[in-house]
Amino acid sequence: MTLLMDTDVIASEPNAHGYAEFTLGEFHFRRDEYFVYVKWPTGSHVMSADAFLRAMQRDVAWNFFYGIVNFDGVVGTVNHYGTVDLFAGRYNDAYRKAEMDHVENFQSENIKATFEGMLADWTNASFDPFASPEETGSAFGDKNGSNLAAVTRRRVASRRMVSCDDDEQLRTDATHPINRMFADVPQDSPSVEPEPGFESEVKAYNLFAYLSRSDVTWNPSVVSVCKDSLYCPTTEEYILPIIHGNDRVEWFVQLSDEIIWAVEDRDTGAARTRVVMKPGDVASMPANIRHQGYAPKRAMLLVWENADGALPELYATGKLPSHPVDF
Amino acid sequence: MPTYVTRFGSLDQYEKGGVEIIDDDPKRYTFSNIFDVAAHSRPYEKVAVGKNRQYVLEAIRAEGDSDWRRTAHDEFALVMDGEVEVILHRLSPDEEPPEGTQGSIQLGHEPAGPRMGRVVARRGHMTLLPAHAAYRFRAEKPAVLLLQTIEGADTLYRWGEICQTH
Repeated sequence: MTLLMDTDVIASEPNAHGYAEFTLGEFHFRRDEYFVYVKWPTGSHVMSADAFLRAMQRDVAWNFFYGIVNFDGVVGTVNHYGTVDLFAGRYNDAYRKAEMDHVENFQSENIKATFEGMLADWTNASFDPFASPEETGSAFGDKNGSNLAAVTRRRVASRRMVSCDDDEQLRTDATHPINRMFADVPQDSPSVEPEPGFESEVKAYNLFAYLSRSDVTWNPSVVSVCKDSLYCPTTEEYILPIIHGNDRVEWFVQLSDEIIWAVEDRDTGAARTRVVMKPGDVASMPANIRHQGYAPKRAMLLVWENADGALPELYATGKLPSHPVDF
Repeated sequence: MPTYVTRFGSLDQYEKGGVEIIDDDPKRYTFSNIFDVAAHSRPYEKVAVGKNRQYVLEAIRAEGDSDWRRTAHDEFALVMDGEVEVILHRLSPDEEPPEGTQGSIQLGHEPAGPRMGRVVARRGHMTLLPAHAAYRFRAEKPAVLLLQTIEGADTLYRWGEICQTH
């Protein structure tokens, strides 16, 4: 039996494990105690339920992000900023050669509604897909409640700078206690001494203290804006739950601790490099690669993005080189 | 419960990671280290460590007094090491940068506009350098800033010196 959750979401009655099954175009999704199963006309795939939910959480929260969000080496989405491709095997050389790959394009709001429905229904009360594995309960088992507060967190997006008037405000003990792995991060504030009349423009805050209080991992959030130049720092622990395929150059600045990046060809998955980043290191990620990070200890990473909407087309058509600088 | 130690870098103590090539050119990753760049810079040189079209990240060694600079758009200074004082003045109309100016440019004299205020920032502190302001940095001891801005006439490019090439 098919149940319409709203005008765009096609979901079944609960299956034997208590979870709805979802249909989007010719894709079908179902989960049981441990796994998520994805079917499309030319193939099928299985993922661990926790990995699938962590990936889907980022895809939904980031509104499909910049470029490609690979849930793993087979399934993912491509953001066309208004529409979104849902694909299986499209960026996997073996699936392409076997002609098992499949792509469908959806209006962004339609695919997002289905993904939100899946995330809400398949996330049990014990599981927070944004938390590190040490800081959340299990994703597994039969349907057991829900965790809507966790899966519908508001994304932080400063318009000028955190702490400015009418903008994102500082984090406090009341709402954001210091993370256990950042207990030693100084919480001091800068001395800010505005003259009368300039209180709204003489502004400074402790970014590192702000990040030490983040309750999520692998979730870039805008903290300062210079036209299209966005500082999107994030705190990282364990493994980036997606493999991010770039549609533009992005940059990483390692603010604390260490992250190891596995970098692959964006379209085939062939290995390109490993990038080991330590405090103060800066690296660009070219526009034709995909990357996945590994953080042994919670780390502060500054992701630097250029939000210019013309860039994907310029890179895709070869009008811009895939790397940022020639020297 | 384990005790975790958060590692930051500094001018005196930094360790670079690197690009381990499997099948690519390391220059495509433009890999450098802010502290390494600042350690080899003169005070207040604006050395690009990141470039995304017209936008840049500049690593700046703060030491002593900087020149007065002026900007027509917001910039953001993040202290990566040490302590830096920032003095801000509102630009008077005849001090505004020429139309179309990107990044910051030298003012060349003491600002004529009213004083806006003062910030003293230490490691991890981010300071807004607001549009239509003049600013000057002061650091008693060598410190390191990372500036979010747009490339300007004083942005220095030393990719061949600062980046991993093999």
